[in-house]
Amino acid sequence: MSEALYRQAGLFLLLKELSELPGVSGSEKPVREHLARTLRGHVDEMDADALGNLIAVKRGDGTDVTRVAVMAHMDEVGLVVSGADEDGQLKFEMAGGINADILVAQRVSVGSENLRGVIGYKPIHLQSPQERDKHTNKDDLRVDIGAKDSDEALQKAPLGTPVSFVTKMKFAGLAPSTLPEDGRLPEKGRLMGKAFDDRLGCLALTALLRGPRLPFDLYGIFSVQEEVGLRGAPAAAWRVEPDIALILEGTVADDLPRKEDLSPTTRIGAGPAITVLDRHTITDPHLLRYFLAQAEAASIPLQLKQPGVGGTDAQAVQLVKGGVAVAILAVPTRYLHTPVSLFDIQDLINLLHLLQHTMPGLPTALANKHA
Amino acid sequence: MIALLEKLVHTFGPSGQEQAVAAFVQTEIAPYVDDIRQDALGNLIALKRGQAGGKKVMLAAHMDEIGVLVSHVDEKGFCRVRPLGGLGTLVLLSSRVRFANGTIGVFGVEREERKRPGSSEEVPPWEKWYLDVGATSKEDAPVQVGDAAAFYPFFHQQGSRLFAQSMDDRSGCAVLLEVAKRLKKPANDVYFVFTVQEEVGTKGAMTATYGVQPDVGIAVDVTIGSDTPKAMQLGLALGQGAAIKVMDRGMIAHYGVRQALVETAETAGIPYQLEVLPWGTTDARSIQLSREGVPAGAVSIPSRYVHSKAEVVDENDMIAAADLLLTFVRQPVTLG
Repeated sequence: MSEALYRQAGLFLLLKELSELPGVSGSEKPVREHLARTLRGHVDEMDADALGNLIAVKRGDGTDVTRVAVMAHMDEVGLVVSGADEDGQLKFEMAGGINADILVAQRVSVGSENLRGVIGYKPIHLQSPQERDKHTNKDDLRVDIGAKDSDEALQKAPLGTPVSFVTKMKFAGLAPSTLPEDGRLPEKGRLMGKAFDDRLGCLALTALLRGPRLPFDLYGIFSVQEEVGLRGAPAAAWRVEPDIALILEGTVADDLPRKEDLSPTTRIGAGPAITVLDRHTITDPHLLRYFLAQAEAASIPLQLKQPGVGGTDAQAVQLVKGGVAVAILAVPTRYLHTPVSLFDIQDLINLLHLLQHTMPGLPTALANKHA
Repeated sequence: MIALLEKLVHTFGPSGQEQAVAAFVQTEIAPYVDDIRQDALGNLIALKRGQAGGKKVMLAAHMDEIGVLVSHVDEKGFCRVRPLGGLGTLVLLSSRVRFANGTIGVFGVEREERKRPGSSEEVPPWEKWYLDVGATSKEDAPVQVGDAAAFYPFFHQQGSRLFAQSMDDRSGCAVLLEVAKRLKKPANDVYFVFTVQEEVGTKGAMTATYGVQPDVGIAVDVTIGSDTPKAMQLGLALGQGAAIKVMDRGMIAHYGVRQALVETAETAGIPYQLEVLPWGTTDARSIQLSREGVPAGAVSIPSRYVHSKAEVVDENDMIAAADLLLTFVRQPVTLG
């Protein structure tokens, strides 16, 4: 067996870069350009389509004609400037699902120049007892970039300017130490950072595309605008026409204390998660069985995501043209869609192990499909 | 047709797990068609070739039935589930469901949710229900997270009325099989399409229609019989004939298709009624929006208690639907 995918040089550094780059839905360019730089020389063809999806092709060795797409979305949830008050504070709309409560007092990065700003909040001295208990309404919040009036604010951040969280990736439970010297993924640890949904998927897909050739052509699709309604991926799938699409995600882990005997969506540290059914998609049963069997045979931990929760690009891609067999593999991640989420490196490593182990034979999952 | 329907309703097939139904249909339809294939999502597509110059006419009935899927098994072996398709919880108490491996489950509801004097009339939401599969622990539970179940099958005929848990849409599947068996030398290429995942968003029909590229598409599905006590007046009654769709919440039937069906029924003396349904939709919605658009309509079988453990249809409506579709696809199709 060739070198383990997770041992690829620079993978940890790449994860840090991907996590920290701004890429709010509709403004994925920084992420796309970084991925394109990273992939150059490792893939045979690469270009961006009309919507901004990055499509990279790694030709197979010619032994299998199955068309396999592996997909991850580049965009993260964030804000978009929608106006300014006379005093220079920026109004905004949400790009993707964000609870306004978590926006309070966050530092943000505004636009392609990465102007710093803060989502201010009334100091506790001035809050009435009622105000202290209530939920936050987005319309009561503003992004403050220190502008003196609306003209200055809108000149620096015109309507439509993306606003993203600013979070440096760090190890949880450790002092902010230096990076691993060789830039490789460490064997263990839990990382905190932003946009793990879905830069973890982007990282795993990049590792796959930089890895050894497979028997079939591998289409790596880095999609746009997933968080605002799965808008990018179906266009890319329309062009690629895959037989199989594997969606890589950072998914909800809510393995926190609970009163009743009800299982969490996923648990961190228990391996990557595979989806049977989410809010919108029933995944392909043959692919599901294949991954479960392969993981068991190779002793790679793989958990079932609790059915009925969430949605991914798989929903839209499954129904493209004559239909696509879809499966979803994800790294469990706590505190999704907030400025700081947390995951366990072991789960990422096990996802990479699983991909390395299962990809070469993936078409066999469908071989006996209609027998 | 009725004997086949009885076998169809006994075949396991909640959304996403239609394989057993597909296998059954494939065996039944094979002698009567020229080609059979399955697409990436599992839709079964059978073709009966017509004469040169004919159109491509697609008839679609869905194989999947309403069901549930296990999302959690607790320490005592009770299962929590999620619905597959539009299933209200009103029908759950003491309902039996069946899993692919034959396991039976019975629905219970948390004690505090049972109605007390003065309590609200609201039906408990899904989160309050559990499935008792006869287990004593998580370890000895005969099913696990990810397993799907459908209402326990039964079939009964009383007079012309037919009772079963999955008339939606096994009655439509039976009608398609009947048409296939009786269809000789049609003018058109007729595609009998048995779709998957209709109940979770008319999904199978999207990809099947893309593959078939029909000139005309007709979904065959149940509609709501409104002839029960204090029902909303829709003018749809069991035993009054095949229902030709005018519109539902998801689509307006192509006017030319609707009129061609009406004229076919009038000319052939087949009983029919017109359907204007304020709820729901069928595979016709997905057929209509495929590629550059497809003229689409629907022929419906009025049913009572749709999406419950006991749906009722009338044999004569199924016969009328089969007669209507057979006559329609046999002759050259012209749309006004």
